[in-house]
Order: sequence, then structure tokens, then C-alpha cells
Amino acid sequence: MKKRQSILTDNSRLVMESLAQAGCNVFIGYPITPANYLYKYATQRYDIVQDAPDEITTLQWMAGYAAAGHLPVTATSFPGFALMLESLNMAYMMELPMVAILVQRLGPSTGTATAGAQGDLALLNGMISGGFPLPVLCLSNAKDCWDIPAKAAQIAVELRTPVVILTSKEMMMSLNSFDFSSLKKITPVKRKFYSSEDTYLPYKPGKNLVPEFLPLGDDKHRVRITSSTHDTKGILQHSTPEALGNTVRLHDKIVKNASKLSLYELDEDGGDTLIVSYDVTAEASREAVGMLRSKGKKVSLLVCKTMIPVIKEYNKIISKYKNVVIAEENLTGQLRTLLFGTAGREGVKGVNALGKMISPNDIVREVK
Amino acid sequence: MEHKYISTDVSIFCKGCGHQLIANNTEKALQKLGLKPKDVIFVTDIGCHGILDKISEVHTFHGLHGRSGALAAGAAMGINNPKKKVIVFIGDGGATIGLQHLVDAAVRNVNMTVIIHNNFLYGMTGGQTSGLTPHGFKTETNPDGKQYQNYDLSSMLSNAGGSHVRRLVGMGDFSEELYQAFKVQGFSSVEVMELCPSYGVKFNTGKKVTDFIESAGMEVKLFPEKIRSPYTQNERNIASSLFNDCKAIPVKYKNSLKKPLKIVLSGSAGEGAQLAAELFAEAAVASGLNITKKGSYPVTVGVGFSTAELILSPKDIQYTGIVTPDIFIITSNDGLNHAKAKLSKMKKGILFIDSSLNPVAVDPGVEVIQYKFRELATPRSAIFLALDVLLKYVRVFPAEAFENVIQNSKIGAKFNMEVLKKAEVPKK
Ligand SMILES: Cc1ncc(C[n+]2csc(CCOP(=O)(O)OP(=O)(O)O)c2C)c(N)n1
Ligand code: SF4
Repeated sequence: MKKRQSILTDNSRLVMESLAQAGCNVFIGYPITPANYLYKYATQRYDIVQDAPDEITTLQWMAGYAAAGHLPVTATSFPGFALMLESLNMAYMMELPMVAILVQRLGPSTGTATAGAQGDLALLNGMISGGFPLPVLCLSNAKDCWDIPAKAAQIAVELRTPVVILTSKEMMMSLNSFDFSSLKKITPVKRKFYSSEDTYLPYKPGKNLVPEFLPLGDDKHRVRITSSTHDTKGILQHSTPEALGNTVRLHDKIVKNASKLSLYELDEDGGDTLIVSYDVTAEASREAVGMLRSKGKKVSLLVCKTMIPVIKEYNKIISKYKNVVIAEENLTGQLRTLLFGTAGREGVKGVNALGKMISPNDIVREVK
Repeated sequence: MEHKYISTDVSIFCKGCGHQLIANNTEKALQKLGLKPKDVIFVTDIGCHGILDKISEVHTFHGLHGRSGALAAGAAMGINNPKKKVIVFIGDGGATIGLQHLVDAAVRNVNMTVIIHNNFLYGMTGGQTSGLTPHGFKTETNPDGKQYQNYDLSSMLSNAGGSHVRRLVGMGDFSEELYQAFKVQGFSSVEVMELCPSYGVKFNTGKKVTDFIESAGMEVKLFPEKIRSPYTQNERNIASSLFNDCKAIPVKYKNSLKKPLKIVLSGSAGEGAQLAAELFAEAAVASGLNITKKGSYPVTVGVGFSTAELILSPKDIQYTGIVTPDIFIITSNDGLNHAKAKLSKMKKGILFIDSSLNPVAVDPGVEVIQYKFRELATPRSAIFLALDVLLKYVRVFPAEAFENVIQNSKIGAKFNMEVLKKAEVPKK
């Protein structure tokens, strides 16, 4: 075993270093609590850092940089994310790789900037007009803050798509001791650009339905990038079969490659009770499982890390359990609704909270 | 002449639309400039002018309504190559909703040319009023004429510092003017004034475009040119790793902790609670412990309460919240007010509270230690003293560890260590 090397840091540092090592080189920022640490670290580490005048500009500049062949990152919270929505749809349609970190805080609206929450999953699920899935990966502990951002960068490039990293205030702003020697080495994401002599079709499906990429301004091939409904050449079409086919491909590209982004933690222990959680409440859930098991209760744990698209494994796992407790720091049970709809399922209940963290005891009480 | 950049022989606009003239003149100006088509990037907005995308033979980038200014700026900054020409095609509608982007590109002097197709209205959506519609101009939504003035976009872009800003009337051959703008390294814009035959002419019969330009007092000219260097991406002085200034903390001290210890500090903003907690955390790590530290304060960081929650543990820590603390430290009135709810949950453990504060009712199981933290250490160092006294009283790890961390920190030089060293330990 490697000798433990304790460092003391907030997880924002892990996230930003992980992305940098994966190959993200541009950060476009607009300040907002609780995402400010991410911005600060970016200014210390990234080749290109731009202070945008607002979050719409942020996303537009990112799209410009991405089209030019860079791998841009931003970090924000709901108020800023809301301004980014139309542009995120644009980047999704254009198939531009980028990473947006959404640090959840207490809403609605401006709400409380310095209080945590898990209130934005429902929005993320519906944020692309037409109900298309934009990959959302969620961080559930310090280890994830190192492993998942690099993975997000890789998915962004491999699937030519914006990826959202979902997290929340305590996850990004709390200080914790961390074993530095436990950090896995990160392999930089390889960027492969179109290299054939044949005419370049920017939206011709390639491997895994992903079109090959070529930066705007290429010397050899003409590049067309567009967010209007378009054919494989990237030319605007009203609703020709080819263009609609391309739009459907955007959906299929994510769903059919879901195995590439299947991330979750499963700790099974027999019995018929499963705790499901994500983000900051995953830590309370892990502790709750420990407390329950020490008292002889058989209980299992599923921590979801891939939030969107909802991966098949979740339903497969959950369907084995008679009692399911879904713990999340929001009023209405957004993950619960995502998994079971408004009708719910017998034996499924939620542990919810608003304006305060869910504690292990809150979960234990619900399981008993 | 053979078309190289735009297939202008295909007509895509309504008959007589000024947008077609702009397309023709752009083709001609680019031919004069002589760039290879692969060195030209058109960034088109949403609006009638945006359909140009279809018939362009250069690189094309087609995004959202009003955002082409920002999209182009991102691309131009990302490409960062003076040999590549980025040209934006935007309407008066796009320039209204995306005004900030154009101003910002001019302020930064981003290497791009913006062609504003100013036909005084939103053409694509049926002829509604835009921010650039002049006073008195009739539209679908203002059939009696607009009630107030337009904003003068070219003046604004010129004032913002754009290198080369021009307004012209979109008639005849203005390829030379476009050519002059394309040649600029930095931000250039050409606001082309035109009427939309389908809506503008229909609602304002008998009027010429120049009538409105004149009555609005808009100047048709090249605004004073600015000698400025274009935006370029300078190399930044950056760290090779974010861990460079976050080194592993060697374990130098012993601890006696068998199970997690939860401490809440509650004081006033600006009195060092967060820093004290961070340095305490470092000392705990130097004593072989795991630690989490969570801060909480109002949105304005300089007033009101400031609390920090610390969990120390010999094992990994998962949940970082504290429902009931083992130890509570309260050093100010703000801190006390904020602490009340949590304090009422405490059934055992220790409360260290400043002697100057009003007595507070706690569960009889809680040991209360009153101490003159503020008086002995000054309000700014009260929390440091409290943590030091705590260590000497509870002996989780040596107070020396904490004192050494303070000494070596950014506040070390000015910190009065004597107060800590001389601190009396309360009697059990
Ligand atoms: C965010 C947003 N709001 C509204 C629209 C609808 N829309 C499409 S084109 C347009 C107006 C275009 O007018 P202008 O930019 O002046 O160009 P023109 O059609 O006159 O050439 C509007 C408002 C949109 N596409 N996006
Ligand atoms: S509606 Fe007006 S602006 Fe649009 S193409 Fe027709 S004439 Fe031109």
C-alpha cells in the first residue's frame, strides 16, 4: 500500500485539476456562489481564462472556442445556468464538446446563495427542447471529484456533446483532508480530427453515431456548424427526412452510448431494502448504511452518478428491492420522480429536506 | 465574375430586399481582399439575413438569435489567427437582443467584422419594432409609428472602442467600404441602412430610408478610427498543477481520538472564525486525523454571524454535517444568536462561551465553560484562543500543533502567540 499523503483542500481544486489534466484548456467564467472556487482555481491553472460579462456570453464564447478546437469549461449555479439554457441547446445541436459544472444552491430564483440544495435535476432532465438527453454526471464524494470530471471531458469529446457535472455547495466549498496518494493517474483525452481527403461532411454519423470533428477555419476542408435543423452537410433544412434523421441521431447518440457513461456505486447486502441517493446526500446515505448494518439490519445502497440519461441498470437494480428509500435534498423528490414518475411505486419513499443537509439519522429513521 | 464566397446567383431573400445587396457587395469586397475561402468564417444570426448561411461557400457558424456577436468573438479568440477573417451577419433585431455582445467585442477589439443589416424592424417574424427602429417609423406592432428614439448603434460601438465603425446607406456598390472594414485587424463594423420591402415599405409608403436616417439625426460616415491593437491571446503565467500550493501535510504529532469529534465555532464575521477553523484543521491533519470543515455565513461576508463546523476523526469521514456538536464554541453575540437552535439540541458535551455574553440556557448535561476569550485575546483572536484552550482542556491533539500552524501561517508574524501560550486551562 502506498503511504498516505494527507492534503487539506476543498473539492473544487480536485475538479479543476482533474479537468485540466484531462485536457480542458479554456475556462470562461462569470462569478456566482457557490461556484467561485472553481473559477479561482481556473485562473491559476488554465491556458485561457475569460471573464465573461454574463452567462449567455459565457456559453457563446465556449461554443466559439469549442468550434475552434479547444475544450472549454465553465462553472455556475442555477441563476447563471438558467441564462445558459438556450445556448446549451445550441451547443448540443451543434455537437460541440464542453463541460459545464452546475453547483446547486438553495432556490427558487436567487434563493440563498450560501445554502446547499439538490434542486436542479428535474430541470436538467428537461433542459433540451424535445426532451433529448444531455449527459449529466454527479459527484458524490471527494474521489468522484477527481475521477468524474476527467471522465466528463472524455465523454464530451468522444460523443461531441456538452456534458454537465452536477454538484452542490457543500461538495465544492467544504474543506476536507484527502489522501493524495489515492488519486488515480489521469490520461489526457485524445482529440482526433477528421483527416481524410474526401469532402468533409460535418454531421455525417461516424463511429457510435458521432460525426467526426474538424475545427472551424480548417485550411483544407470547409466546416459548417449550425444549431438550426440541418442535413449532414450542416445546411439548414425545414424538416427533410435527412435533417429529421440527424435530429433523431442526437438523441440516439447519447442513449446508444449510455454504457460509456454508466457510472454508479452499488453496495449490496441481501435483504429487501435499498437506499438510493446522489450528490451530497450520498455521503449521509453511506453513513446511514453503516449505522444500520452495525445494528444488524440488511440494507443496500445505490449511489447514482450518471443522472442523465437514466441508465437501464438503475431500474434493474431497484426492481429487486421491495423497500426503496430515495434520499435527496429537495422538497419534491426529483430523482424519485425521474425514476418512478408521479405515480410512484409501492414500497418507494423519499427522504427530503430543504435548506438543510439530510443527516444519516434522517435516513435511518425512514428505513426502520 | 465567378462566385467564390457566396453563391449570389441564387436568390433567397424577398424581391428587392437590401440583404441581397449586402450579399453581393460582400462577395465583391472579399474578392478584392483575395483571401482563400477557407480563410473566411461567416457567423450568421437568426433573422432573414441568416439564411445566407445556406449559400455561403466559406466556413459557416450559425447559432442563436442575437448571439452571433458573442459566438463570433469566441471563435475569433479561439482561432487566434490574424490570417483568418471572421465576419458576422446580424440584423437590427439581433443587434438589439445581443447589444451587449457587440459592445463587448468592440471593447476588446476582437478581430472580426460585423455587418449590421439595419432595416429598422424584425423581418423574419413579421415586421415588429426593434431597438434600432427610429422614431416615427411604422411597424406591425407600432402602426402609428414608434413613440421614442432608436439607439444609435454605430455611435455606441465607436464609443466602445471598435477600431473601425461605419454607417452607410445600402444602395449601389459599397464593396469598397466593406473591403476597408474587412482589412482591419481588430473590431470593425458596417451598419447598412435599408428598408424591408415586405414590411418596412408596406407600413411606411412613400418614405425613403434616408428620411428616417435624417430625422433621427444618425450620421452616415466612417466614425473616427481608433489605433488600437486587436485582441490577442497572451500566454498566461500558470501553475503546472493546482497541487503545487497544496502539499501533503506530514504527521508530526499524536492524537488520542477514538471516535469522531464534532466541533462548532460560532462568532462574528470578520473575526477569523473561518481562518481559525482552517488552521485548526491543518493541525489536526498534522496530528494524523481526518477532518472536514464547513463554513456558513450570510451572503455579505463582512457582517453578521460566521460559523464553522469541524469534524475530526481517526477514520474516513462521510457525512460532513453536524446535527449535535460535541463541543460548541461561541465568541460573540452574532455567534450566540445564530447558535441557539443547534445549541438546544446538545444534551452533553462542552460549551465554551465568552464571559461577556449573556448566560444561555443549556441542557444540564452540557458542561459550560465561561472564558474571557475576547478580553484576553482581543475580538479578532478570540476564536483562536478558544480553540487553543479547547485543545488544552480536552487534549485531542497537542495545542502545540495548532500554535505551530498559526505561527507558520500568513497571520503568524503579527499574531500574539503569548496569549495562547499563557492561556490558563480551566479546571475540570
Ligand atoms: C431568443 C429568441 N427570441 C425570438 C426569436 C424569434 N426571432 C427570429 S428572427 C427574429 C427577428 C429577426 O429580425 P432581425 O434580426 O432584425 O433580422 P431580419 O429578419 O430583419 O433580417 C426574431 C425575434 C428567436 N429566434 N430567438
Ligand atoms: S421579410 Fe424583409 S428582411 Fe426579410 S427577406 Fe423579406 S424583405 Fe428581406
